[in-house]
Amino acid sequence: MGYELKMRVWRGDQSGGDLGDYTVEVSEGEVVLDALHRLQATQAGDLAVRWNCKAGKCGSCSAEINGRPRLLCMTRLSDFEPTETITVTPMRSFPVIRDLVTDVSYNYEKARELPGVELGPRDPDGKRRMMQVDVERGQEFRKCIECFLCQNTCHVVRDHEDNKPAFAGPRFFLRYAELDMHPLDTRDRRSAARETAGLGMCNITKCCTEVCPEGIRITDNAIIPMKERIVDRKYDPLVWLGAKIGLRNKDDDGRTEA
Amino acid sequence: MTESTHDRHPMTGNEMSPSAAGGIERHQYDVVVIGAGGAGLRAAIAAQEAGARTAIVCKSLLGKAHTVMAEGGIAAAMGNRWPEDNWEVHFRDTMRGGKMLNNWRMAQLHAQEAPERVMELEDWGALFDRTEDGLISQRDFGGHKYARLAHVGDRTGLEMIRTLQQRAFQLGIDVFMECTVTELLKDADGNGRIAGAFGYWRETGRFVVFEAPSVVLATGGIGKSFKVTSNSWEYTGDGHALALRAGASLINMEFVQFHPTGMVWPPSVKGLLVTESVRGDGGVLKNAEGKRFMFDYIPEYFKAETADTVEEADRWYDDKKNNRRPPELLPRDEVARAINSEIKAGRGSPHGGIYLDIASRRTPEFIRKRLPSMYHQFKELADVDITAEPMEIGPTCHYVMGGVEVDPDTELSAVPGLYAVGECSGGMHGSNRLGGNSLSDLLVFGRRAGAAAASYSDGLGGSRPAIAEQDVKAAEQSALAPFEVEGGENPYTIQQDLQQSMNDLVGIIREGAELERSLAEIEAFKERASRMKVEGHRQYNPGWHLSIDLRNMLIVSEAIAKAALAREESRGGHTRNDFPGPDPVWGSKNLVVTLNADGTGVELTEKPLPEMPDELKKYFE
Repeated sequence: MGYELKMRVWRGDQSGGDLGDYTVEVSEGEVVLDALHRLQATQAGDLAVRWNCKAGKCGSCSAEINGRPRLLCMTRLSDFEPTETITVTPMRSFPVIRDLVTDVSYNYEKARELPGVELGPRDPDGKRRMMQVDVERGQEFRKCIECFLCQNTCHVVRDHEDNKPAFAGPRFFLRYAELDMHPLDTRDRRSAARETAGLGMCNITKCCTEVCPEGIRITDNAIIPMKERIVDRKYDPLVWLGAKIGLRNKDDDGRTEA
Repeated sequence: MTESTHDRHPMTGNEMSPSAAGGIERHQYDVVVIGAGGAGLRAAIAAQEAGARTAIVCKSLLGKAHTVMAEGGIAAAMGNRWPEDNWEVHFRDTMRGGKMLNNWRMAQLHAQEAPERVMELEDWGALFDRTEDGLISQRDFGGHKYARLAHVGDRTGLEMIRTLQQRAFQLGIDVFMECTVTELLKDADGNGRIAGAFGYWRETGRFVVFEAPSVVLATGGIGKSFKVTSNSWEYTGDGHALALRAGASLINMEFVQFHPTGMVWPPSVKGLLVTESVRGDGGVLKNAEGKRFMFDYIPEYFKAETADTVEEADRWYDDKKNNRRPPELLPRDEVARAINSEIKAGRGSPHGGIYLDIASRRTPEFIRKRLPSMYHQFKELADVDITAEPMEIGPTCHYVMGGVEVDPDTELSAVPGLYAVGECSGGMHGSNRLGGNSLSDLLVFGRRAGAAAASYSDGLGGSRPAIAEQDVKAAEQSALAPFEVEGGENPYTIQQDLQQSMNDLVGIIREGAELERSLAEIEAFKERASRMKVEGHRQYNPGWHLSIDLRNMLIVSEAIAKAALAREESRGGHTRNDFPGPDPVWGSKNLVVTLNADGTGVELTEKPLPEMPDELKKYFE
């Protein structure tokens, strides 16, 4: 049933800000975003918050709730005691624009640096054939809703702004892994992942996996396999020799370096 | 936020030019696309590929547009599951689903071109679910004779938008994110051509002018005018309203699709979509008495192709040749009306819906595999395990069939240089859209509009239109007006009252007297909106943004209510209590909406439907 929720919401902009105290009426079944919307409609018309689908599908409403990176629309008030004060702050790794809205342009800049898929020609009947089991590996990564919570949480950039230029971040390692595992892609993405995207800087602490609202096993299924494949190529003397004398790892059949 | 220190916008890399005259940033393009859902992205890709300098302007971040919410799939007669399927069958299904009010040429192009548009997505990296032979899998949906929807679980829209977004980046298309267009600008010469668009950055509140001879509207729908809707905040009818104000016409505005299955509980997610795939994959509808009530609601029009016993309906999933479709897979308008009747008759569920049950019909593994987002959505938001218990669902405002009246081949509106695609265009779906036909619509007509817009701009040579400075000034003043008001009303309150009014008076079942009342109420909302006030300043201020969007919602709501009052029959997404059946006279004409002479409201004219050629008529004999 309905009750008065105590909230602390960060209000401010790039020049600074503070937690504001609010009390807002909430009811059964509501999520944190509902409480913020009610604040907006009744007490703080100019409270800035990003949102779209309100169903965990678009990844717009990322923020930190009691210090934990989460989607505002998928965090239910029933996860907290009615007497508990809920504190909402913007994602910490990105510059604040206003209130809960941050400048996530880093992610879009990185996205522009990514390679695209390059498939060979279609089959003679104009169709392509791939088996379900082979597309499923990539499909897991394509569930990504680009909420950028993994980017926000990753230690490599969270406390080290200076790493950003050389580091694409977990969301985009997913993309490299997806291309690498695409059954019909013709390119070898390993050097690009290492050199352009900075995959080597990841030290596999799995923080990204923990905050992923889609439950994508970013570290285990994307990052570690990519790292293994890069290491394979870089250090394995047999692979090096094989490459020299024209033998190839079967996994890389038909792929040329991107 | 950073215009003082950066020359380029941090979000897009586009030049900010803060020193431009009047502090207004300006950009020149060949084609400007407004909206970055499936239609906008596909149009921009086509325009850029045709050699036009192209920009996308969108209200949200890239990749968050409503297409991302589409679940079921893309309808395309690829014949991967049923070799019997082809464009003719898809064309027939589409026309019958729209109760023959569709623009036949659009329905034909759509059915013919959809398969190649899907294959193109695959070329660009989309990973669709596969058949046993490795082809793109196709699933069953309401109103489609064969399993026809290319899909990725129940997150097909996400796959589509991500694929198009990645393609757009690869082509180097400029994207202006979180930037809202408030007015279209026309040629200073007064010859009626489009010359560009005026808008503001949500982030800074700073104004921006786009100079472009071609503008493609791809702004989506109008659902936010209704209280219970599956649509997000962006769906405020911007494209519809921009087109009207620029002098274009709208058609089919009386036809609003109420999706049969939206969540009804908890209250905060009321209206949220539950994909039709639940029914396509075997789910059935039951009332509080446990009865599969859809068998009581099979209309004459679909009797010949609908199963009339539970046994036949259940056999159909495995043997489509010898059995007819279950009535749960009738077109959406039929199912939504049936659910509405059951609830009204007191046979509803505790939270005012009815039951959608797949738990008793399919294994938990099958459900989790085919419907992962639905499983997640109910588990997280309603504490319901859909593999173990039925869902409670009810109708929700989902889609507007009506939109800008366009040329079927080029998507050009009545205004030279102004194109419209996707949900904000009209004609393709007639009086009711089939599930799955939206995503294919976006791709087919997005590509056509982008190519046509690029070719038009290219053909202008040196005779490009020019923007009139007084129009820019006027747009600026109009956008800032809510800051000038003393003591006026908050836009959130007006929006809530409008949503309640539209829901109550222009909803799923309509009546003349109620529609007249709604028009009177809309007039009162317009009056209140002329005095609304926003607090704070221009930087990322949602109250201000809503005050601007609200003007669009009001004019579009008026268009819907007025057309609904005029059409004295029931057809597709327009049901009149006082005129319960279809009327062949009304079945031969469209209602066309235009802005009235003083620009304060809309007016209607009747227009005969374009006549279908004989070689297509044969499919309906």
